[in-house]
Amino acid sequence: MKAEDRLEERNPIEDLLRMDRIPHIWCPGCGIGTVVTSFAEALKKTDLDLDKVAVVSGIGCTGRVAGYIKLDSFHTTHGRAVAFATGLKLANPELKVVVFSGDGDLAGIGGNHLIHAARRNMDLVVICVNNFNYAMTGGQVAATTPLEANASTAPYGNFEFPFNLPFLMEAAGATYVARWTALHLRRVTMSIMEALQRKGFSFIEVITPCVTLYARRNRLGDGLNLLRYYYDNSEIQHGADTRQLDISFQGKIIVGKFVDKDKPTFLDAMNQHFTRVLGDDYQLYGRINHDRD
Amino acid sequence: MKKVKADPKGVLTGVHYLDGDYAIAEGALAAGCRFFAGYPITPSTETAERFAARIPKVGGVFIQMEDELGSIAALIGAAWGGKKAMTVTSGPGFSLMQENIGLACMMETPLVIANVQRGGPSTGLPTLAGQQDIMQARWGSHGDYEVIALAPDSPQECFDLTIEAFNLAETYRVPTFIMTDECVGHMHEKVVIPPAEEIEVVERKWYTGPKDKYLPYKLDKDGIPFMVKAGDGYRFHTTGLTHDERGYPVINAECQDWCVRHLCDKIRKNADKIIILEEDETDTAEVIVLSYGITSRVATRAVQKARDEGIKVGTLRLITVWPFAEKRIRELAPKVAAFVVPEINYGQIVFEVERCAAGQAKVIHVPHCGGWVHNPEDIYKAIKEAVK
Ligand code: SF4
Repeated sequence: MKAEDRLEERNPIEDLLRMDRIPHIWCPGCGIGTVVTSFAEALKKTDLDLDKVAVVSGIGCTGRVAGYIKLDSFHTTHGRAVAFATGLKLANPELKVVVFSGDGDLAGIGGNHLIHAARRNMDLVVICVNNFNYAMTGGQVAATTPLEANASTAPYGNFEFPFNLPFLMEAAGATYVARWTALHLRRVTMSIMEALQRKGFSFIEVITPCVTLYARRNRLGDGLNLLRYYYDNSEIQHGADTRQLDISFQGKIIVGKFVDKDKPTFLDAMNQHFTRVLGDDYQLYGRINHDRD
Repeated sequence: MKKVKADPKGVLTGVHYLDGDYAIAEGALAAGCRFFAGYPITPSTETAERFAARIPKVGGVFIQMEDELGSIAALIGAAWGGKKAMTVTSGPGFSLMQENIGLACMMETPLVIANVQRGGPSTGLPTLAGQQDIMQARWGSHGDYEVIALAPDSPQECFDLTIEAFNLAETYRVPTFIMTDECVGHMHEKVVIPPAEEIEVVERKWYTGPKDKYLPYKLDKDGIPFMVKAGDGYRFHTTGLTHDERGYPVINAECQDWCVRHLCDKIRKNADKIIILEEDETDTAEVIVLSYGITSRVATRAVQKARDEGIKVGTLRLITVWPFAEKRIRELAPKVAAFVVPEINYGQIVFEVERCAAGQAKVIHVPHCGGWVHNPEDIYKAIKEAVK
């Protein structure tokens, strides 16, 4: 199930891809394409008006997703996808805005925007492809690289403690947090569907092999092997305590849906608050979700 | 370019007593700005505060972002979401915004940034004036691009030029800066806000053709591509990468040449239409005092004193700082003995004046490193030296 095989098939997601930009730039065996497939399938299964779905990416291998998805799509700067998406969503509240980017982009250089968007419960779906390294630039150590794993700027192995992203996101205020591996195709699709159909800040981490750099440097076999390895070493624990979700080098990966709760989004909170304190002087903005009042 | 009358909801018609920072917020609301993302920084914060207080009753969004990197990114997103968007900042925040100013240029995104300048470098003089970001406004982001920058010298002009900044940003699809300073920002003066029907506002250059024919960067006859917003069914793509008409990345020298020339030429070729100057007695002058922003008001006293002594002094005020008034200075240079250039920095616009004067007139710089305005006496001395 190599990514490019999937894309070459005349599969039903074709109309969601910019076929005039295929072949894509991803390496054979890279897991990013599988996550894109899950995303496209999720979109097809929802009854969302696809004209109202926008995708925002930052920079990096996963950052290229925006360029291949045939929706309103924005390929922005390194780390700023979430902030860009915040402006996009607030300017046009009828949009469903999806941020599709990598771990380095979202949690490294963009970490500040990520936590603040979660804190505000900004109505965004964030899909974070975590491949444990900075791949586009050649496999450097990242904020997500497991201890001991080798990276081009950690040639003797990584000694920095990595982020546990679900814990970070829950602590920051995210109202939906899930983690899967790229081989959990159906589960990833389900989580993305759930996130697309709810309101609030949703964060889905997908552990994905970087076959060319992380896997090769750490002698973990080819993409399919590693994908299979991640899958086999994962354990589904819905509702697990996010404090316990650290990922060690080639260790067990706890996956599942960890957080799914209701809280007013930024815009709902803004509208409710101003309506309360300003009364008729307030110009209601966007749409308000009354069932959450 | 489609001009319409301002939406009365944002226009606070009347005679007011406002500082420059507040006047910027009122100008933005009058121009139709309905999205503001900002981060507090002295001496600009009052603009954000005013916008935050006013927007709930006008209809729109104010969001205080986590930093200036976030503010500018949110503005670009908001512009593509269909809103007129602005932020305000000062030196350190302006520095942080530079990367995404490049993105805004590359994506041809209309937006407005006001920089209430303070003394730098670094944290410098948070509460005191400077004009030290003038070159950064032009060259701060990497790569070749052009922007528009205006320099108001009063609260009234802060109001008027903020409307102008939005109009220019929309006309040319380019980030436009209001390069004011702490003095003008905190100076209280009379500001007259006209009725909405007297304010002309440029609408976005919306595309209206068939959906499947839309190309985000296909140049229209006037050299400016049409814009759409997310959610209208065009399913378009835009990127910070060098791109073709479709907005698709093309990584080669040929496309880069097309892309960069277009980004620069749409401003360069329209410089005459964009540039606003204020001149007084330049045609008969032996010496011209060239200045911008608060410094032009300080220079008035020096000019008057020299004129009282019979020296033929003209003044040229750059209301538009960028694009630079190259053509006009080339015209004037052979006719005058000297340009006197006071500015609150240690040498920025003076280099542009030297370049354009090209040895045909002396160029005398009157620097001031920031923290206060010039002593008019220093400008007067420079005028005397010019005619010696
Ligand atoms: S470098 Fe790694 S993450 Fe990037 S496309 Fe190749 S395999 Fe995928």
